[in-house]
Amino acid sequence: MKLIIAYIQPHKLNDVKQSLYKEEVYKMSVTNSLGCGQQKGYHESYRGVGMEVNLLKKVRLEIAVNEDFVDRTIKAIIDGANTGQIGDGKIFVVDLAECIRIRTGETGSKAIG
Amino acid sequence: MKKLLLIIVLAVVLLSGAALFAAEQDSPEGVMAAEAPAGAKVEDVPAASLESIKEELQLNINIVWTCVAAFLVFFMQAGFAMVETGFTRAKNAVNILMKNLMDFSVGSLAFFLVGFGLMFGVSNGLFGTTMFGLAGTEPGADWNWTFLIFQTVFAATAATIVSGAMAERTKFIAYLFYSAVISLVIYPVFGSWAWGNLLLTDNNSWLANMGFHDFAGSTVVHSIGGWLALAGAVMLGPRLGKYAPDGKPRAILGHNLPLAALGVFILWFGWFGFNPGSTTAGNGSIGYIAVTTNLAAAAGAVMALVASWSLLKKPDISMTLNGALAGLVAITCPCDGVSPAGAIAIGSVAGVLVVLSVLFFDYVLKVDDPVGAVSVHGVNGLWGTLSYGLFATDGGLFYGGGLKLFGVQVLGAATAFAWAFGLGLILFWFLSRTTGLRVSAAEESKGLDIGEHGNEAYAGFQVFTTE
Repeated sequence: MKLIIAYIQPHKLNDVKQSLYKEEVYKMSVTNSLGCGQQKGYHESYRGVGMEVNLLKKVRLEIAVNEDFVDRTIKAIIDGANTGQIGDGKIFVVDLAECIRIRTGETGSKAIG
Repeated sequence: MKKLLLIIVLAVVLLSGAALFAAEQDSPEGVMAAEAPAGAKVEDVPAASLESIKEELQLNINIVWTCVAAFLVFFMQAGFAMVETGFTRAKNAVNILMKNLMDFSVGSLAFFLVGFGLMFGVSNGLFGTTMFGLAGTEPGADWNWTFLIFQTVFAATAATIVSGAMAERTKFIAYLFYSAVISLVIYPVFGSWAWGNLLLTDNNSWLANMGFHDFAGSTVVHSIGGWLALAGAVMLGPRLGKYAPDGKPRAILGHNLPLAALGVFILWFGWFGFNPGSTTAGNGSIGYIAVTTNLAAAAGAVMALVASWSLLKKPDISMTLNGALAGLVAITCPCDGVSPAGAIAIGSVAGVLVVLSVLFFDYVLKVDDPVGAVSVHGVNGLWGTLSYGLFATDGGLFYGGGLKLFGVQVLGAATAFAWAFGLGLILFWFLSRTTGLRVSAAEESKGLDIGEHGNEAYAGFQVFTTE
């Protein structure tokens, strides 16, 4: 079992959701987040005084998958979020020790699927 | 390029202001109101003098009422700003507020300097040629000043309609140019055809002479704005993500419906200046026109509720808010000449029409109008204008008046469409070739607030936009 965590551009969420849907990945958690990476942020000014905004708005996706879904999930996220521009985001894949479905008490791969 | 253009505009405004100031120095001091004899009893005053006192009293009542109405109509700018901000996304809020502020400001200057003269000056048959900057009118109590402020807020209403339909994707500099052009030329020239004889009554206004009736401006103000909005939305194309690849429309949710509702209430309130104020006289018809106006708005809201509930399965708030506005736009033309029952009928049709029209533009024509400005102002301005030909108690088709009046109303409304939509296409095409009409896709995704203005509307709030 793996946990796939992806940070993407907020306006690409819809595209990513659609490409995940095409790959039959229907389950995900989405949260708003702020972050910075190579993208340098943008310049804002308020009443003539400038400020650099370097924490950009991002969307964080978390998807827990069984081994056979790892590659297609990653491919789907890239398909949906890639524009070729700095700021497209990153994907992290981590091992998942356990997963429990609260309703039934099922554990492991069964609980994910 | 942008800076150069701004400097030129600024220079023109300042120079024309200076020229007017110089002209003003030559004219004699303004004369204030004549004095009434102090301490005299009514019986002592000769009849002729009593008559003149009554006349002056009436004039002052007219001035006070028309000014109060103008201030109410000015407040409608706030209504438009709130409606448009509420119906669009958080990332474009600063941009739409700036557009609303600037179309009034640019429009006020342009209408004072040029537009008013084209609309109400001595006409050559097609447009007015005098009274630019109200030249020849002495500062002081002259009625023309009251008339100017009243007409300025009307011109600005037509101008501000367009910003909603072009929301979330238009370059700010292009919008500034558009604001100037509508108040300089497009609005006043058509206005001179329908209303050019309001101030100088022997002016030759060809539509008015044919019997075209538009009491407070369903056509002159709302349709002109609405059809320009249509031209703008067509030339821009839909917002990114509005249509799926298979052509199905997607919902792009407005970010603040409480603001949108506040805006509609403000507009409804302002309309009590728009319609009853168009008497430009303090007389008994004010109350009656307020009643017909209110009835049509209420009927519009109720019928939009019914239409949205039956067509869309739920009572939809944004459609119902649009319905109230549709009723108001429709009754604007016929408000002085229809019965209360007629007003309810006109508003009811408007309420259904606006729902159908929004769906029609969304699904069939695929014109992306984020706030429904074309349906509310263009389509219902048209309906309101035609409705006078049907429901007018004097000359309407349903009151045995035959088709003559209806025919004239059709002609006027069709002329307005051809004029505003045609010039609109040319204007926006020209802007797309010069300043550019639409922002880049990247800027549109990130939001015009940051792209155009470098400013967020909701700093300190966590507003996330995922569309």
